[in-house]
Amino acid sequence: MSAAKLELRNLHKRFGDLDVLADISLSVRPGEFVSILGPSGAGKSTIFKLLTGGLRPDGGEILFDGTALAEETQPFAFMPQRDALMPWRRIIDNTTLGLEVQGMARDSARQRVAPLFAEFGLDGFEQHYPAQLSGGMRQRAALLRTVVQDRAMLLLDEPFGALDALTRSGMQRWLETMWEHHNWTALLITHDVREAVFLSDRIYVLTERPARVLREIIVPLSRPRRDLASPEASAIEADILETLLNPPSET
Amino acid sequence: MSTSRAIASSLGRIAPALLSVGTLILAWEAYARLSGISPTTLPAPSRVIAQAVQNWPALLENTLPTISATLLGFACSLAAAFIFSVLIDFFKPLRRALFPVFIISQTLPLVAIAPLIVLWFGFGLAPKIMLVALVTFFPMLVALVQGYAATEEDIESLLASMGASPMRIFLLARLPSSLPYFFAGLRISITYAVVGAIFAEYAGAAKGLGIYILNAKNNFRPDLVLAAVLISATLTLVLFGITILIQRLAMPWDKLAAERKP
Repeated sequence: MSAAKLELRNLHKRFGDLDVLADISLSVRPGEFVSILGPSGAGKSTIFKLLTGGLRPDGGEILFDGTALAEETQPFAFMPQRDALMPWRRIIDNTTLGLEVQGMARDSARQRVAPLFAEFGLDGFEQHYPAQLSGGMRQRAALLRTVVQDRAMLLLDEPFGALDALTRSGMQRWLETMWEHHNWTALLITHDVREAVFLSDRIYVLTERPARVLREIIVPLSRPRRDLASPEASAIEADILETLLNPPSET
Repeated sequence: MSTSRAIASSLGRIAPALLSVGTLILAWEAYARLSGISPTTLPAPSRVIAQAVQNWPALLENTLPTISATLLGFACSLAAAFIFSVLIDFFKPLRRALFPVFIISQTLPLVAIAPLIVLWFGFGLAPKIMLVALVTFFPMLVALVQGYAATEEDIESLLASMGASPMRIFLLARLPSSLPYFFAGLRISITYAVVGAIFAEYAGAAKGLGIYILNAKNNFRPDLVLAAVLISATLTLVLFGITILIQRLAMPWDKLAAERKP
């Protein structure tokens, strides 16, 4: 565990009388794709807010590269649930947002991002406004805005939750390819079991609120995972679903 | 969309308005001619226009001060509304301290306030600017404050995760998010502004459409009163049109949402 990029130890968070996170311990190794899977309202997004500095934990530790996460460092690039593209900025200027906030001049930020448009399937849409793009394209633009910040780790909060099923499947395949290609370290929040199995090396299954880690599941499937309907994938999926729907009673 | 089709579609959009206004004017003209009513009571539209043409130097001389009072007053009001909206956005308790004062300012009857302001500040431009600002400031302030609050939460938390300061978040997200609200407020306030300026002049002025209307009424010339009204209505419509034009230029993305996606 010493090689972990990110490690959460016994994280605890409450809002007033409401216990949201009871005891969260998990780790992500460099280059690993890890998912946090849990019921809606289980506090999954709260974990990300603790990481990005929006909230402070009431207990526990967050270690990044072995040292406690300092407030001024920001090793994470965050992609929110909805694409959060600014309707008043052209796509190119939406994707440079993170670089601009870091203090890079607009022109150099554009030059940095422009070569990546083809790979993200956005070639020719640099000067379009978000309203002119389809849902899938908007998500790809949002991911481009996330990865171009060159942070050590990606935090993806249900990035495909708002897309239709067909677009979502296409985006999942595309994301897997991109992840293999770029060697990102990624932590994904989702409530879609199939998405978690398809994309992850490991999955942490959370309980309902107050959230604890119910199970840690290693997904041994080989990559690329073109075949979503393979018996191995289906077996893992069924196993997780069973865990979520009939959680083992606490003792 | 081709240009000719664009023109045709915008013609199609204003056709109902042209029809209703045209019908009203025709009915008025017919009533004034056929009922034998005295033109010193109800002049026909044709007479109003003829008198407006005949008296255009005097009308123009009185329109220009009204335009400058409207624009100067509105500019002051916008500047004040912007400054206060930013203060309120950064120091939320200010809202509770200031809003009651502003709301009370909106309950003051203009009929009472206008002569008092003229009494205190004279017949010059200052009292007009004050009255225009008084009637337009609060709607603009509310529009801006609401606009900032309408910022998408996801965008703000995204910027925060990128390490943006509150000032940066305001400039990058809250200010642009307020634009639709700002322009909605602008369209409403600009009509108030013209009425406010004319009312201020009515209460006392050397020149202006308001004082022109008062004099024409006292001389039993309803045709000239209506000619001045025609000009103020045109002025309001032109200003209204300009705000829409500015909005189109300032928010080019606004119209795109309705267009076809790739």
